[in-house]
Amino acid sequence: MKQIIALRINGAVCEDAVSDSLLLIDYLREVRHLTGAKMGCDGGECGACTVLVDGHPRPACITLAASCNGREIETIEGQVSNGRLSALQRAFHENLGTQCGYCTPGMIMAAEGLLRRSPTPSDREIRTALGGNLCRCTGYVKIIKSIRAAAGAQL
Amino acid sequence: MTEALPEFTLDRPETIDQAVTAMAKRPSSRFLAGGTDLIVNMRRGLVDTDCLIDLTGISELQQLSDGKSGLTIGAGVTLREICEHRDIRRSYGAIGEACDAIAGPGHRSVATVGGNLCLDTRCMYYNQSHWWRKANDFCLKYKGDTCHVAPTGKRCRAAFSGDLAPALMVHGAEVEIAGPDGRRRMPLADLYHEDGANHLGLKSGEFIVAVHVPPGDTQRMVRSAYAKVRIRGAIDFPLAGVAVACTRLASGEVRITSALTGTNSRPFLIEGFDPIGLDQDPDAAFTNLAKLVQKQVSPQRTSTIGSHYRRLAVSALTQRLAKRLTLELE
Ligand SMILES: Cc1cc2nc3c(=O)[nH]c(=O)nc-3n(C[C@H](O)[C@H](O)[C@H](O)COP(=O)(O)OP(=O)(O)OC[C@H]3O[C@@H](n4cnc5c(N)ncnc54)[C@H](O)[C@@H]3O)c2cc1C
Ligand code: SF4
Ligand code: FES
Ligand code: FES
Repeated sequence: MKQIIALRINGAVCEDAVSDSLLLIDYLREVRHLTGAKMGCDGGECGACTVLVDGHPRPACITLAASCNGREIETIEGQVSNGRLSALQRAFHENLGTQCGYCTPGMIMAAEGLLRRSPTPSDREIRTALGGNLCRCTGYVKIIKSIRAAAGAQL
Repeated sequence: MTEALPEFTLDRPETIDQAVTAMAKRPSSRFLAGGTDLIVNMRRGLVDTDCLIDLTGISELQQLSDGKSGLTIGAGVTLREICEHRDIRRSYGAIGEACDAIAGPGHRSVATVGGNLCLDTRCMYYNQSHWWRKANDFCLKYKGDTCHVAPTGKRCRAAFSGDLAPALMVHGAEVEIAGPDGRRRMPLADLYHEDGANHLGLKSGEFIVAVHVPPGDTQRMVRSAYAKVRIRGAIDFPLAGVAVACTRLASGEVRITSALTGTNSRPFLIEGFDPIGLDQDPDAAFTNLAKLVQKQVSPQRTSTIGSHYRRLAVSALTQRLAKRLTLELE
């Protein structure tokens, strides 16, 4: 069955007819052509598909699009405002927090969720917030450093 | 590799009665809460259904109250809400710590209490894609006729791996259930059976509405905690987990209640441990407790980490928690 969903994606109102069994990640990538959120493990285990739903990070690969009716979705594409990188994007770039880049959209969205709740997080809070996001390249140290730098930049 | 989701219809009842009626109309349906277990299993081809009944729109399932008569947690309350609830954390330490230890933060913001209590059991031969299981001739739990863990056995040994159940059990929680025959209540410990393919004592069409926990104690007469062993420090299910509650009785004796998860096909309370008397050597009592755990626990070869290690680890964790909490009571 299909149903009409109305939601906000990166601030813009969207209305679409979606199948009940459509996943949020497929809706974002295939219907909305927002290909920033990545499909990694495809089973809720790696965090590459992390987006914010009503301000909280969530793996889009195990979320039904239909369950997001009426909600606010934010993806990595929404980080840029007026052609400027967000503090997190700039910090990841300048601190080598990104290498191959596959985990980066998910990492940044998980970090964005954290910085909104806790603008100057401790390292422990950063580590906890990234608990569901895997990176095969960086070894995490530079990711943590990037988030710390972004938190400083936001002060 | 996971597969695309099969086609299904999504029903969104707004009341408990509507959910009961929806299930009665289409008994092949499955209840859906946060979906962090069910959707993953559906993508692995482990769930036969053409209709999901989404419980998250039912306001009664969202109730969360902590008062004189105790704590009531609706089945739809998310784990994140519990992690962030200061009063629960103060009076029911094990419950908060268990929720902290479940999956990752992204899961906890949608994963529910009801979904955690009704989580499917797990096994390294079961939580695999369809093609993987097919290549291994399936297994007793789903579509096959032998168990790869205990091939001569007649029952599935898959491990119940929810972290929250033991924490609620040591606080004496009861579950409230709704179904075609109305409401009923039972001790949480009685909800489970030692059968990996049929571990939940819910009748057809029934679902959990809420968990009721007797009043906690802020006077430091009850202390509780939860600990688990897992491969990585986050995300991973428990290889073994234990909740312990220590209570100072009016007689001065200390009662220790412990419950385990991740080791058997059900979470269960350790039986037969008498309160520690004032004239008793507590260390000897803790050693006895550890022995009792080793005797009653029964981890199987359901994960890549050996069952012997899991038996020893959970017994050591129980001893450690009991010791620490008893000291905190002084
Ligand atoms: C990567 C990853 C790591 C994980 N790690 C852990 C972990 O460490 N510890 C842990 O405990 N879990 C873990 N989980 C599993 C899962 O996230 C949690 O158990 C979660 O609490 C399940 O809740 P849910 O609301 O998402 O359940 P759902 O997936 O919606 O449902 C799970 C099951 O419960 C049934 N159900 C849901 N609500 C009810 C109800 N009210 N009454 C009756 N039946 C109901 C459903 O029909 C389904 O069979 C992990 C999952 C993933 C993907
Ligand atoms: S314990 Fe045996 S029957 Fe159960 S899931 Fe594992 S292999 Fe299958
Ligand atoms: S792709 Fe969603 S968690 Fe890995
Ligand atoms: S930068 Fe390559 S996976 Fe993280």
